[in-house]
Amino acid sequence: MANAIYQKEDDDRRSTSAKLPKNHLHRGPSLLYTAPALLFFGVFALVPLVGVAILSFTNWDGLSAITFNGLGNWNRMLNDPLVLNAIKITIILTVVSWAVQTPICILLGTFMAGPQKYRALLGVLYFIPLLFSSTAVAITFKKLLDPNFGVGRAFGIDWLAHNWLGDPKTALYAIIFVVSWCFIPLHSLLYQGAVRQVPTSMYEAATIDGAGTVRQFFSITLPQLKYTFATDSTLMIVGSLTYFDLVYVMTAGGPGNATRILPLDMYLKGFKSYDMGGASVVGVIILALGIAVSLILNRLSGSDKMESQMEGA
Amino acid sequence: MIRIKNKQYNLVGGFLGWVWLLIVVIPIYYIVVTSLRDQSEIYSTNPLSLPSKPTLDAYGRVFANDFLLYIGNTLFVTLVTVVLTLLVTIMAAYAITRRADGPARTIYKVIIVGLAIPMQATIIPVYYLIIKMGLYDTLWAIILPSVGFAIPITVMILCNFLRDIPQSLFEAMEVDGASEFKIMFKLAIPMIKPAIITVAIYDALQVWNGFLFPLILTQSQSNRVITMSLWAFQGQFTVDIPGLLAAVVVSVIPLLTAYIFGRKQMVAGLTAGFSK
Repeated sequence: MANAIYQKEDDDRRSTSAKLPKNHLHRGPSLLYTAPALLFFGVFALVPLVGVAILSFTNWDGLSAITFNGLGNWNRMLNDPLVLNAIKITIILTVVSWAVQTPICILLGTFMAGPQKYRALLGVLYFIPLLFSSTAVAITFKKLLDPNFGVGRAFGIDWLAHNWLGDPKTALYAIIFVVSWCFIPLHSLLYQGAVRQVPTSMYEAATIDGAGTVRQFFSITLPQLKYTFATDSTLMIVGSLTYFDLVYVMTAGGPGNATRILPLDMYLKGFKSYDMGGASVVGVIILALGIAVSLILNRLSGSDKMESQMEGA
Repeated sequence: MIRIKNKQYNLVGGFLGWVWLLIVVIPIYYIVVTSLRDQSEIYSTNPLSLPSKPTLDAYGRVFANDFLLYIGNTLFVTLVTVVLTLLVTIMAAYAITRRADGPARTIYKVIIVGLAIPMQATIIPVYYLIIKMGLYDTLWAIILPSVGFAIPITVMILCNFLRDIPQSLFEAMEVDGASEFKIMFKLAIPMIKPAIITVAIYDALQVWNGFLFPLILTQSQSNRVITMSLWAFQGQFTVDIPGLLAAVVVSVIPLLTAYIFGRKQMVAGLTAGFSK
């Protein structure tokens, strides 16, 4: 009954408040109000978090009994060329899609932040891809990038009608293009909001000093976007660890293993090769990467936004 | 004076703005025209030309494939998930912000850890739990983990809004002898209604478009949700390109309708994960 103790402390604190009647016994609702949320979060988030680490030391085919096998899976997975390949591809996907999306998002965000009416209208249209499920997007582009009936044929330019997703050399980059199509609207919107918050007086002063649009963009807009840049990059990078559905529906990891990113490798190992232990090792690697990236970016940016949100209450 | 900066046109941004419009519109235009095309035309005509004789046959084939059942399943899963999530998170967020004491803070920190973690990495234990609970291949197998995953972001957003309610309002009701339950319903919930709508939309979109849970935790055709059925169509309609793209169009229509009628709320909902 730890509750009772905490409640007691609260009572003491509250009793100094003269506004309330003496017989008012506690401050705020019982901690039991948090119990249902904690139950769901505990069972479906915390337990699995610990569970994936435990399962990484076991043998399990998804059906029969689970047996411990020590570091066996870890040895196997860290020497598995598929896992090493998945790590490499995941890093390429993450870094390239970040590097492609960020400048476009900053420019589009700045553009949409302008006061002109038509820009707001374009913003409304830019948003439509966000209404598509990843599955819908994946199917759309699988067909659209097809060399036989896809859009490539529409312009009469031969190299456009390439089998983008079927060629191991281009498949990953085709996926990065599709990822950008999905997520650029969202991230542009964040930059748009940030640009709108830059005080107009800064631009006025710069104009009086004779700075042109380009100069203003680089010496006022960009520096003012520092924090948005940090948060947005974190979201983008951590998010890219979860592009599972898009890639799975478009290429299922192929051709060969050219697009077999970590989450896909985990899924295929666990649910297609019935190697849940090995798949759990990959799961732990994904978790470690995600947490490491969040922490490093948070430190690097010196932004305390995330932290202050975490301090909370 | 205020608008002075716009006298010089932002050339790069302007160019990119229109190019991006094309990049957004062409795929959407492509799926719509292709879904209206006759199967025989697919390989012969220009993919971006208007269909010579537009037909809705493809849509007929989609609905003949139980698509309404899948929409029904998705609606059920989404509604139950959102209602359950709101129920448990509103109570939790209310207690956390009202108490603001040590244990409440600890609970908040524990929940918020979920934000920094790519939760999808834990699907294997989730699969294990669902089997042990005897829920495999039911719609509840999608609902329960979805609620668990939605809790961190929902609690965070609700807490941010609850904290802005002036303390004096709570105290006034306390002096009147109102119970905590009554204060929550009569004061807290009405005051954060916009935030509740925003998180409800955010959570609903996540579930509506979710793929991983249904893929791993359900199996039979009767428990298919829209994303699963699209995926199944892809295997089934390998040559029926108009049929497949018609299914894509149908899958987007509910959210597109919502966007047309409540654009502000939808935008707020979708970006809820990022700002307050």
